[in-house]
Amino acid sequence: MRAMTSFRYIGAKRRAKEHPRFVSGRGRFVADIALPGMKHVALVASPHASARIVSIKIEKALAAPGVLYVLTGEEFCANTDSLAIGVDAPKVTRFALAKDVVRYAGEWVAAVVADSRALAEDAAERIEVEYEPLPHVIDPEAALKADAPLVHPAHGSNLLYHRTFVWGPVEEAFANAEHKIAFRAVWGRSATVPIETFGVAAQWDAGTGILDIWASIQMPKFPDQVARALRFPGNAVRVHHDVDVGGSYGVKRGLKHAVLVGYLTKTLGVPVRFIEDRLENLRGGDMQGPDRFFDMQLAFDTDGAIRAMKIRAVDDVGAYAGRSPFQLGKPVTAICGPYAIGAIEYEPTSVMTNKTPQEAVRGFGQSPTNFAIERAIDRVARHLGMDSIEVRKRNFIRKDQFPYTIPSGSTYDSGDYHAVLDKTLAAIDYGSLVRARDEVRRSGRLAGIGIASCLEPSGGNSAFEVLMNPKNENTTWMDSCLVRVDLSGAITGVINNSSAGQGHESLVSTVLGEILERDPETIRVVRADSLTALPSNSPVGSRMAIMLGGAAAGAAKTIKETLTAIAAHNFECSPEDLEYHDGSVNVKGASSKKFSWDQLVEIAHRKFHKLPPGLEPGLQAKFVWEVPTGGALPTPEGRIQIYPCYAFEAHVVLVEIDPDTGKPMIRRYVCGHDCGVMINPDIVHGMTYGGIAHGIGAALYEKFAYTEDGQLASGTFMDYLIPSAMEVPALAIVDHCTPSPLTTFGQKGSGEAGYLGAPAAIANAVNDALDPLGASIDALPISHLAIWSAIGARKGAAST
Amino acid sequence: MSETLHAVSVEVNGRPRSARVPARLSLVDWLREDLFLTGTHVGCEHGICGACSVMLDGQPVRACLMYVVQAHGHRVTTVEGLAKPDGSMSVLQDSFCETHGLQCGYCTPGMLIATQALLNSNPDPTEAQIRDAIGGNLCRCTGYQQIVEAVQLAAERMAKEAK
Repeated sequence: MRAMTSFRYIGAKRRAKEHPRFVSGRGRFVADIALPGMKHVALVASPHASARIVSIKIEKALAAPGVLYVLTGEEFCANTDSLAIGVDAPKVTRFALAKDVVRYAGEWVAAVVADSRALAEDAAERIEVEYEPLPHVIDPEAALKADAPLVHPAHGSNLLYHRTFVWGPVEEAFANAEHKIAFRAVWGRSATVPIETFGVAAQWDAGTGILDIWASIQMPKFPDQVARALRFPGNAVRVHHDVDVGGSYGVKRGLKHAVLVGYLTKTLGVPVRFIEDRLENLRGGDMQGPDRFFDMQLAFDTDGAIRAMKIRAVDDVGAYAGRSPFQLGKPVTAICGPYAIGAIEYEPTSVMTNKTPQEAVRGFGQSPTNFAIERAIDRVARHLGMDSIEVRKRNFIRKDQFPYTIPSGSTYDSGDYHAVLDKTLAAIDYGSLVRARDEVRRSGRLAGIGIASCLEPSGGNSAFEVLMNPKNENTTWMDSCLVRVDLSGAITGVINNSSAGQGHESLVSTVLGEILERDPETIRVVRADSLTALPSNSPVGSRMAIMLGGAAAGAAKTIKETLTAIAAHNFECSPEDLEYHDGSVNVKGASSKKFSWDQLVEIAHRKFHKLPPGLEPGLQAKFVWEVPTGGALPTPEGRIQIYPCYAFEAHVVLVEIDPDTGKPMIRRYVCGHDCGVMINPDIVHGMTYGGIAHGIGAALYEKFAYTEDGQLASGTFMDYLIPSAMEVPALAIVDHCTPSPLTTFGQKGSGEAGYLGAPAAIANAVNDALDPLGASIDALPISHLAIWSAIGARKGAAST
Repeated sequence: MSETLHAVSVEVNGRPRSARVPARLSLVDWLREDLFLTGTHVGCEHGICGACSVMLDGQPVRACLMYVVQAHGHRVTTVEGLAKPDGSMSVLQDSFCETHGLQCGYCTPGMLIATQALLNSNPDPTEAQIRDAIGGNLCRCTGYQQIVEAVQLAAERMAKEAK
């Protein structure tokens, strides 16, 4: 589809449709779902990282006030099936409750159902579990050794996935390059940690045989997977998507929660709700993110041209697989970043340890990869004594090279990386920024400038599944929209997923208004439940502006064609002789000879005798869209088009460090951003600001730290540090627009924006600040202590 | 093991409410589960995230760290009590909508409570004062930028209205 050039509603300032209910306290989150007679769940969790369950005594709990039931893994695993395993590892089964053994501290062992959550918690304390501790492994490199304790002995090793991809003449480039560097970059275990924990409420209706589910989720194919695990046909599970989700950014998968609560309501015949408390969420909610180190090697010439890159990425997914190994696969689609690097070796390794399982996090593995690449660019610059801006520009894919196919087989749709970086540098007044940094340095403190230029693959496709699992042939990742015009002429868009703040109701109403030339304020957007919904793959992978926007536009165009066909039939002319304007259809050159919107709607709904033959009465249209460029299987070398569109962001940041405490302070922050045509600029900017804040957390504060005996050491918000308004500075965004040639309006995705470059930019700034001391830190999060220690070590070295 | 109940009277959003509650019942659970004022949210239950913020006699407090019995005889204002008397949005609520000062809406009630309390005592806050006022309220969506802008806009609009 070709990009339109001017728009009526797209790109204009427009208040989000969702806001009024939230500011008035009328949001409807899962914890607000109160069903008559509803019971509540509390959990018993394993205190051991690895242990055999010797016995579970539940009698005292069952006798406690208000207790209805206690469920253990023995019963649960006998009556449900394993959650889906993404990679080809059939023995790595996973259930909501552990049976026989526990594989991480925090794993759920028993569930208590009682009249209130408080009573359920009281009773949970009376359950006595006897454990026999077993050897455990926390470090991923130790887990790969032959003598390591096995997390899943039936699987035969702790290795979940390993492959070495070679795309292009890598060894030749390394042999011929003038310079080489090698280093390790470490991405710490953090996650998006929404302020709302997971929750699910469910109600089994024995009369209809339907299990109704309300859940705080952002999960592709959630209803299908819940039904399968519960051994139900798909049409026995009805997931209600009209639940407001209190933040997700990838992690709210919630499958084990829903299967557990679904089983309980079916078994007990009463509605059941489970809302995680914060410890259950952080420790047992299975939402920790990538935990990864990169062994990076680069081959380059004196002029700064990078000829080849080798990336070995070892990722610790914790105790179970799920979709987490795929987070090593998605970055294949942008494995060389925005740079024209001709030869790449990529060796992803997914390993299990006795930690909380990993789940999808904003960017699905792309932000850690971008961090490693951007640290590499700065290290190349430092090695050569070149300005890192020059190294970036020397290697950027040029505007005239698009569409550009990278060695791993994905084609970038469009971009103008030089222009965006230049715009960003101009916006922050780079010359004065350098002077400001040097001024701080002269005053005896440390200061550094960090730059990162990164890609945000968007349009969320799932082709990493077929790349990483030969038994998987999932080549479509469609999304859909249904548009209805009722007898009153009012328009309703029906979408098929829940939202977690992305503004999908605003998106769809704007797109429908744009195509149908009707005021978006008058357009309602509702959410189908999973039994009435069209196919959707949920708002993952920065896809909804592209996929839901495209589907809504497609359906609206069909409505427009239908209205035109009705007018043509009644004028006894060809549709080509007519023009559509503000919802009415008139004969070209004769604006008075027209059918109004109301007249056309009335014909469609009530006057069959005036409808063209073959046209269905009523007025509605659906559109199901496959991801543009999607649908193919990988080549034998593992070349594949994964995502269709590629947004670009350039971050420039000034960080000042107190040398006495190691405390970093972000003094200036500008992000240049090109995600093509923005449908709602406020929403795009908002997600980008939030992504930057989240990236600040990943870079400096947030870590799921584990003790040597496998205990999570950051199970509260006093230890897992989310940046507040005091740590996040005033942020500035500079827009640029290179439309995508692949999408309806030229839009690209933006849901992961900011987060994809902020950790890299901040790490580069801290390292620039430490550079005069000869120190560097390549492991995130860069804590105050790490900085203080690095400063102290260099000072110590200098004084001896 | 039936729990002893205690009689409490609390003015909630201008309405007197009486109840008999166990001593361990938190204020936020009472507001949400018994009074069905679900606008106040639970985020961490240990006083860090601020999602459960309500005003107690005009001052923002954590409703997760307070027992209902402690609120006896006091005035509580929740997000449901911030609207204008005719039910329309307050200037601050409207300003949050205008600047896109929210996304998922989960921290929003706490943010509104914290910033309304700020504006009540300081109608013309600096950016630093706004950041300080929301320093105890975590948001994962916005990076705080458009929240700060919302409060600035509200202050500006309230100043104009006062003239």
